Amino acid sequence: MAVQKLPLAKALNESLRKALDTDPKVLIMGEDVGKLGGVFRVTDGLQKDFGEDRVIDTPLAESGIVGTAIGLALRGYRPVVEIQFDGFVFPAYDQIVTQLAKMHARALGKIKMPVVIRIPYGGGIGAVEHHSESPEALFAHVAGLKVVSPSNSSDAYWMLQQAIQSDDPVIFFEPKRRYWDKGEVDVEAIPGPLHKARIDRSGSDITLAAYGPMVKVCVEAAAAAAEEGKSVEVLDLRSMSPIDFDTIQKSVEKTGRLVVVHEAPVFYGSGAEIAARITERCFYHLEAPVLRVGGYHAPYPPARLEEEYLPGLDRVLDAVDRSLAY
Amino acid sequence: MTVESTAARKPRRSTKRVSAAKEPQNSEPQLVQLLTPEGERVEHPEYEIDLTPDELRGLYRDMVLTRRFDAEATSLQRQGELGLWASLLGQEAAQIGSGRALRDDDYVFPTYREHGVAWCRGVDPTNLLGMFRGVNHGGWDPSTNNFHLYTIVIGSQTLHATGYAMGVAKDGADSAVIAYFGDGASSQGDVAESFTFSAVYNAPVVFFCQNNQWAISEPTEKQTRVPLYQRAQGFGFPGVRVDGNDVLACLAVTRSALERARRGEGPTLVEAFTYRMGAHTTSDDPTKYRADEERQAWEAKDPILRLRTYLENAGHADEAFFTSLDEESETLGKRVREAVRAMPDPDHLAIFENVYADGHALVDEERAQFLAYQASFAEEGN
Ligand SMILES: Cc1ncc(C[n+]2csc(CCOP(=O)(O)OP(=O)(O)O)c2C)c(N)n1
Repeated sequence: MAVQKLPLAKALNESLRKALDTDPKVLIMGEDVGKLGGVFRVTDGLQKDFGEDRVIDTPLAESGIVGTAIGLALRGYRPVVEIQFDGFVFPAYDQIVTQLAKMHARALGKIKMPVVIRIPYGGGIGAVEHHSESPEALFAHVAGLKVVSPSNSSDAYWMLQQAIQSDDPVIFFEPKRRYWDKGEVDVEAIPGPLHKARIDRSGSDITLAAYGPMVKVCVEAAAAAAEEGKSVEVLDLRSMSPIDFDTIQKSVEKTGRLVVVHEAPVFYGSGAEIAARITERCFYHLEAPVLRVGGYHAPYPPARLEEEYLPGLDRVLDAVDRSLAY
Repeated sequence: MTVESTAARKPRRSTKRVSAAKEPQNSEPQLVQLLTPEGERVEHPEYEIDLTPDELRGLYRDMVLTRRFDAEATSLQRQGELGLWASLLGQEAAQIGSGRALRDDDYVFPTYREHGVAWCRGVDPTNLLGMFRGVNHGGWDPSTNNFHLYTIVIGSQTLHATGYAMGVAKDGADSAVIAYFGDGASSQGDVAESFTFSAVYNAPVVFFCQNNQWAISEPTEKQTRVPLYQRAQGFGFPGVRVDGNDVLACLAVTRSALERARRGEGPTLVEAFTYRMGAHTTSDDPTKYRADEERQAWEAKDPILRLRTYLENAGHADEAFFTSLDEESETLGKRVREAVRAMPDPDHLAIFENVYADGHALVDEERAQFLAYQASFAEEGN
């Protein structure tokens, strides 16, 4: 059956299975990815079916995981690396930024770095410290990396396929609080380009741009606003590097208003980049300044406070009202 | 060779046997040596080597030409042709010995000072100068000579080597991989992680640490309280300390470690005990931290001189050989000089090239902006 209803985590699992099946050079590496199937079970059953040689439990050393993945890529493999949680990627940050991102350029294009780094990211699951962060801007800022995040099961399945097929390193952020959300996946579909934004919902009064976990919140906000007679367009950006500015521009030329929503701190975040570029591109179309809704410039708070920290329906609707008031 | 036997290897030069725990890290315990500083051949129970006169002359030639290349690069830096140079002066034996132990299908992960190893791999020495001149960040195709790009972030490449070696093992090939790094780099987490990974996956990799006693101004004592080769034991593989100024011992020890890797017995740490006779780089001033006497003491152990003495005493090389090598050195120097001066600056658009293999919208946009900006000068008639 081509179309299946799958939770996002299971869609990723099916995607990995397909990649392992079609290309013997694809490897899965990470902590607990084998017997356990990863702490979110995204790699569930893969070691059983493809063996310890393809689905590799690694020592607990993130720099080692990414550094050896680079070496394996140099040898012709296509490693898909799992970092257990967002807050634990930093021991590997050096390898990602100084090595992985630059290898292709340093070799004047003679070598490719087909490495995917999967990172469950974002909050909303009541976790302890270092388990809820959104460090995507830190990676998007680095030339040589591509940074994407699916928001639904279909994108999870297809974007991961595309990331694995890419000859560039891809940081693949998985919205962990959406892992259990079900959605339709057509495994025979022909997917659109990895970096193209998707119009989730059309509208004419204002544009909401989001990615990953915040797309759902924005769709709900759009529905609530519709009850008040406001027509809200919701864009799922899907990619933070590159960003599909053309699609955002087109939408803003239509609506004249833009609110960017993400979980990461607003300060120096992807919203800042989008606001600046869209202001340049759409200055004469904008009816209001581009607004941003996101996290605060504070450590991600303890779980009992995360509802205050994370952009929810009300904060998004408030921004919509502020924008429309101009 | 087992871990125990390595640790228990009989010291050959130290007069007094000291326990490993108390062994000061910079003494010369258990140093594998086949050629003394005086140029005498000595035997070692575990490492033997039998080279023809031709091969011996070959090693000598490699070291002399490498030193000549290095000196030329230093001069070119002084003349303003290179922005920086990291000299290998004094480390020729460590690099040529280990480099000549390699097979063509082996793969090398260097740091930024492995000019002698590059020479052994057949990398055109002028290729090494691009990054020091500032025209690229490496630029060569690593797969041409199985010699990876120079790596500036110290220790990073040991993990790449380990991953590559894991791939070699997966492929069922019997190639080996060698990772070079310094005594300073041995403090980096990446080096420790590469030891862990290579041991756990039994990767066919040789870690070749050139302990040249200094990491810029920091002596080895600032990196470790135990002799570096002993680190390996804690990770579950053998470590061996070799006289890094003895090209024969470096060749024999590296060869043995590579063979061990090929047999599927996993990694080895080789510590080549040597000395950086010059400055760390042309930007460094060793007079601020290093006594002159120290350098003089090491000059007496010069790797090139001792092989020359041996070649002469054994009657393996005559005056004609040395004269023709002098000429060859001059030719190499001239070729390098001319090549560097002729090296063109990169095209401005190179900034935007090879950032991504598959392309990237932002790079395309900024390239177009850059072109338009440059074109605006042309329009103004500048
Ligand atoms: C991660 C990192 N920190 C600092 C430096 C700056 N640095 C370059 S070389 C060097 C000393 C390295 O010493 P060692 O590893 O012993 O190698 P050597 O240069 O002596 O051969 C330092 C501190 C660097 N390149 N990378």
